[in-house]
Amino acid sequence: MFLGLILVSLFFLAAVFFPLVWFGIKYRRGSKASRANPSEGSNVIEVGWTTLPTIIGIALFSWGAVGYYRTEAPPADSLQVNVVGKQWMWKLQHAEGKREINELHVPKGRAVQLTLTSQDVIHSFFVPAFRVKRDVIPGRYVSEWFKATRAGEYHIFCSQFCGTEHSQMIGRVVVMEPAAYQQWLVSGESNESAAQAGGRLFRERGCSGCHAINSSFHAPLLDGLYGKPVQLSGGETVAGDNQYIRDSILLPGKQITAGFENIMPSYSGNLNEEEVMQLIAYIKALGEQSPETATAHTPLKK
Amino acid sequence: MKALAKSAVAAVIRTEGEYAPENYLTAKLGVRAWLGTTDHKRIGLLYLWTILVFFAIAAVAAAMMRIELLTPAGDLVTSETYNKLFTTHGVLMVWFFLIPSIPAVLGNFVIPLMIGARDVAFPRLNLFSWYLFAGAGCFVLWCLLHGGVDTGWTFYTPYSSTYANSHVISMAAAIFIAGFSSIITGLNFIVTIHTMRAPGLTWFRLPLFIWSLYATSLIMVLATPVLAITLALMSVERLWGIGIFDPKLGGDPVLFQHLFWFYSHPAVYIMILPGMGVVSELITCFSRKRIFGYAWVACASMAIAVLGFLVWGHHMFVAGQSMYTSMVFSLLSFLVAVPSGVKVFNWTATLHKGSITFQTPMLYALGFIGLFTIGGLTGLFVAMLAVDVHLHDTYFVIAHFHYIMVGGMVMAFMGGLHYWWPKITGRLYPEVWGKLAATITFIGFNLTFFPQFLLGYLGMPRRYHAYPPEFQMLNVLSTAGASILAAGYILPLIYLLWSLRAGRMAGPNPWKATGLEWQTASPPPVNNFEKTPIVTTGPYSYDAQADASLHMASA
Repeated sequence: MFLGLILVSLFFLAAVFFPLVWFGIKYRRGSKASRANPSEGSNVIEVGWTTLPTIIGIALFSWGAVGYYRTEAPPADSLQVNVVGKQWMWKLQHAEGKREINELHVPKGRAVQLTLTSQDVIHSFFVPAFRVKRDVIPGRYVSEWFKATRAGEYHIFCSQFCGTEHSQMIGRVVVMEPAAYQQWLVSGESNESAAQAGGRLFRERGCSGCHAINSSFHAPLLDGLYGKPVQLSGGETVAGDNQYIRDSILLPGKQITAGFENIMPSYSGNLNEEEVMQLIAYIKALGEQSPETATAHTPLKK
Repeated sequence: MKALAKSAVAAVIRTEGEYAPENYLTAKLGVRAWLGTTDHKRIGLLYLWTILVFFAIAAVAAAMMRIELLTPAGDLVTSETYNKLFTTHGVLMVWFFLIPSIPAVLGNFVIPLMIGARDVAFPRLNLFSWYLFAGAGCFVLWCLLHGGVDTGWTFYTPYSSTYANSHVISMAAAIFIAGFSSIITGLNFIVTIHTMRAPGLTWFRLPLFIWSLYATSLIMVLATPVLAITLALMSVERLWGIGIFDPKLGGDPVLFQHLFWFYSHPAVYIMILPGMGVVSELITCFSRKRIFGYAWVACASMAIAVLGFLVWGHHMFVAGQSMYTSMVFSLLSFLVAVPSGVKVFNWTATLHKGSITFQTPMLYALGFIGLFTIGGLTGLFVAMLAVDVHLHDTYFVIAHFHYIMVGGMVMAFMGGLHYWWPKITGRLYPEVWGKLAATITFIGFNLTFFPQFLLGYLGMPRRYHAYPPEFQMLNVLSTAGASILAAGYILPLIYLLWSLRAGRMAGPNPWKATGLEWQTASPPPVNNFEKTPIVTTGPYSYDAQADASLHMASA
């Protein structure tokens, strides 16, 4: 694609430079070239050099747009890594539980999906070698994915200006052979996965006090919530995705599930971004473990 | 200014009869007369001196950045200082040099002369606009003396509104006020061009410089208020914690980017359209030809002004806007390239069967065409969605917009300044030195910024104080080029000032050009014309054939 663009550029560059130099020499003052019947314009020529670049432009647009569209959705079997950007470091946690700072270990030949958010200002996660870049925005989850094809180490840069140590917010992706990656993944002391950590938080921070079958409070059960449409009290339906669950934890009054009261306190300030991501991993796992029982408990009444 | 006035007095004495006995420089002397003037020509010169001060400060900031980047480690200045340097460079170059450069200096001086008017429509408002600009400049200087700003010229939230510990508010206030100066100037030009054209000067007989400044003025009037609103909202959040952009306060940080670029992308065209207008004047004069496809070039200016409002989202392909939004903006960005291309083709075609000379202004104009073309073509790279994901926020973008802003607008400004210098001062600059400076600028510019395309492609992010060692060689090349470029800027400063005293007398029309501004004395009298000119033909009634045979006979 880049090469194609360079060829198009060279074509237009030649189309301007060649006549520029040629006319400059041929029609310099003092030359004997004929100046008879100069043209002051021709609509045919004008339409020509308006249309041709337009067509080439639309072709280039389509080419770029198709490439962009193809890279939008990650493959279903991607490895999941949560990334939190903060002034001035990257904190990462693999779904299997392994945590890293400013380093990302991934296996060769396997798609990796990153879910990214920021704790403070806007950052941007940029790996030049993989041609991926995504602005990391506070209050939002964005996603990016790649599949590394060659083992080695590659730069991670923060490419959106984020303050004093912006140029120090760098790191590396370590692409490993799959076997070595598996070994790396289970090394170290903590074996608690992101979902397990979320489950622990779910109990410790009191979520389970309300979001449970035998609770005295009327709160929705969360089994099977993830990835399903959720009916809100206003009548509209939203997707039960990462962003929805995040907002429900930190801004519970924003979207009320149909059939429930707005009684949940906000956890904004009590949970950091990494903990919210672990809770989401837990809620996601709830759905995957017991799909049948989960649907039975999902409140449907209005 | 005093030297200028004195030399003009000398001009009157030495060449009696050939010049108007009293011109705008000699009419009333003294600081008070200049600061209270409503003469568009004097106001143009006031702007010239003001923007030169800011250009100098911003250039020093750039020089320090280039020296810092000689080595991979951040060792000359601290990170904080480095961030303040690039912010100072960006803010000053954009709002205090480029935006007022051609419109407020050359536009102010030349528009009334070109359309055969005595002044702009609202002379006192014109002076007021300079005072606003100078007032804004004071805020800038205050801010710099108290430590500066470190947000980047883009002021992205929530960094600027919540996290930055620098003088964001005073700098925002400076830009806010400068914005009103540019709105008023734009308004003044629009009314002037509508109501004050000489008899017979119909719209399609206007010089293309007027068309392009008309388009520029429309953008100034329509886009700048949005910038004012955006900066005001950012300040409200910063001062009183009212949540607009910071998600912790319930705001949306990307909203700021939409608002900011809704102004700042059209502002790119404020910074290039006037340059295109200058180039149309230069190419025709120095090839002794009518412009090829007059109406197409004029309408291309208007098309750029309109389409320029619809492409702001291409700054945000990776910033979290929806994929389909990005696609629409990408398509529109390819379309806005077309009228620019049409202009370049028409300039080139104008040279056909001309009688071309390569004086300094022409060298700058040809340099403009070359560099602007490269800048425009690399714009296609960043307009293309899949490619921009990689190039966004890298040095590729830096190189791209410097080819447009510096390779385009500054080359055009220098070309225009040399072209109208004899009209402004009554004296000629030394041609050999002029050609030398134009050539040095062209070479130095390319050496500075071409390596940055490669750096960006290799992945070096912008605004990096320190960088991995593999990028060093290209950075050293770029810094070396910058020192050549600096020589290209210092040289004209010296010989232009020298020419005020010792330059040869220009006479009313040293270029044998056809515009109305050349039909009055140099420097022009206070009221521009002895009597109002009457226009009977279109612009650029040059005759290449006659010119060529004249010079063949003498050769």
